[in-house]
Amino acid sequence: MISFILKRLVQSVIVMLTVALIAFSMFRFVGDPINNMVGQDTSRADREALTERLGLNDPFIVQFGRFALNAAQGDFGFSYKFRQPVNKLILERMSATLELSFVSAVLALAIGIPAGVYTALKKKGFLSRGIMTLSLVGVSLPTFLIGILLILLFGVVLRWLPTFGRGDVVAIGGWTTGFLTVSGLKSLILPSITLALFQMTLIMRLVRAEMLEVLRTDFIKFARARGLPDRAVHFKHALKNTLVPVITITGLQLGSLIAFAIITESVFQWPGMGLLFIQAISDVDIPIMAAYLVLIAFFFVIINMVVDILYYAVDPRLRADDA
Amino acid sequence: MEQSLERTRLQRIFGSDIWYSFTHNPTAIFSAIVTVGMILAAIFAPWIAPHDPFDLATISIMDGNLPPAWSAGGDMNFLLGTDDQGRGILSTILYGARISLLVGFSSVIFSMVVGITLGLVSGYVGGRTDALIMRIADIQLSFPAILIALLVDGVARGLIPSEMHSEISIYVLIFAIGISGWVQYARTVRGSTLVEKNKEYVQAARVIGIRPFTILRRHILPNVMGPVMVIATIHLAIAIITEATLSFLGVGVPPTTPSLGTLIRIGNEYLFSGDWWITIFPGITLVVLVLAVNLLGDWMRDALNPKLR
Repeated sequence: MISFILKRLVQSVIVMLTVALIAFSMFRFVGDPINNMVGQDTSRADREALTERLGLNDPFIVQFGRFALNAAQGDFGFSYKFRQPVNKLILERMSATLELSFVSAVLALAIGIPAGVYTALKKKGFLSRGIMTLSLVGVSLPTFLIGILLILLFGVVLRWLPTFGRGDVVAIGGWTTGFLTVSGLKSLILPSITLALFQMTLIMRLVRAEMLEVLRTDFIKFARARGLPDRAVHFKHALKNTLVPVITITGLQLGSLIAFAIITESVFQWPGMGLLFIQAISDVDIPIMAAYLVLIAFFFVIINMVVDILYYAVDPRLRADDA
Repeated sequence: MEQSLERTRLQRIFGSDIWYSFTHNPTAIFSAIVTVGMILAAIFAPWIAPHDPFDLATISIMDGNLPPAWSAGGDMNFLLGTDDQGRGILSTILYGARISLLVGFSSVIFSMVVGITLGLVSGYVGGRTDALIMRIADIQLSFPAILIALLVDGVARGLIPSEMHSEISIYVLIFAIGISGWVQYARTVRGSTLVEKNKEYVQAARVIGIRPFTILRRHILPNVMGPVMVIATIHLAIAIITEATLSFLGVGVPPTTPSLGTLIRIGNEYLFSGDWWITIFPGITLVVLVLAVNLLGDWMRDALNPKLR
């Protein structure tokens, strides 16, 4: 177990270093960092002084080492456009993105898993067929279009819910939350549904497929033959054995929630990291792009690690292999 | 001689399991008709579109924001209404689908070429080359494709002088979407190659001294193409969605050559004034296209994989 975690840690560090190398190359070689930081009328001497001060004359490997060390401490330099530290810009917006992703993840799991189990058990039922057809449409609907349709229905036609921004937020320390005000909660509804819908359909179809697979196996037939009630067979035996693949995919999907939040945030003008990133792409604001890349990679690495460790908790066979 | 060979090929297609499965699956037939219909409509857009939306001489701002023909204030000239500049929605959709499909197909082909090549090399050569390619694939696979496409697009914008952006942005987009999708192909092809390369026909080819490149191209490649076609079909749907998403976010094709995603972005600004048709009709077109391609991919996966039947 410990050797396994150590191995995963080493792998994660390699991934992070690779991503940091890509991020650093972006910063160093896309456009001229000096030109992006100073105005047109800066003299040549000043430019060279700045180059020297930023250490851009040092060997590549020294520069990369400095970049990686700074990045590990959360320092990504200054945004070209905002003239502010990148970490401050991102931190201000992180709470918005994380709250949105969290609510969407809960929604996707809370609806996706039961719906998957239901459609697997009542395979031929009218409701199941309805859900399955809807889910196929859900997979084909791009995230931004779901958002637009929800805005049109609930914002423009019915005028029930806000379609723009976060509403009122309460600051607790450095963290701003929309959970504590009515307008904050109302503003969360449409974006979180938009973001959750795709993952929800994916989780549902996966749970359904895995359940159907497990229900065909011998040990389920044996459990039925023993005269166990359906409830025990379905939930204690079948559902438990579908969990390993479900955890893998769900874990990876939770990571992509943060990435897909870029789209949702643009549609709803949600003031999160994704909106910052998409503006950075339009403005070619490389420090923000580099920082966002490293941050997202960090989230993914952490999620992958947690998923792998969760396997041990869920699947006793893996523990047996170790011994 | 040549002709008889052709006939047997046709006969082989019509006598195959795939053809049987296709003709006995109404969903597959329906989605194939929709897909082919939309592709044809897109190809022949300049001839079937009622107006040329990019000919400044024929569009008039006086026709701007007209609702669809069947509602009050509609104009029979513009069946699905007009956008803010007086361009007919039906015409812009036909031209937009053209760009969407062009980018979709091109990026799928790009992904296929890169993925198949790397997969074949990885599987056949093995060793360090294999390890290197697969590690890169692993790292890329741990990020969502759309994020990779966004980053590649963003970096390309930085590297290319801004006055050239609108000219070559469509190629940048194809490259960005293409490079974000090669991993699936590489992994599948590598897996099949590992199986095929130990079979007797490959060993026989090796023994008689055929060069590795020829073995890969003539012997192994045709035998690993089945799963690749399934991935390609599903990937086409994903590529079309990715293109639409990037264009919607404003980092895709420029507004001068709008794709379906750009049209939805333009219409989105008029949503609150009640001009829903500018967004909704391109949106419906996009969903129908993607749904049809997805259904086709679903059928193909089931038909080519007997285990799932």
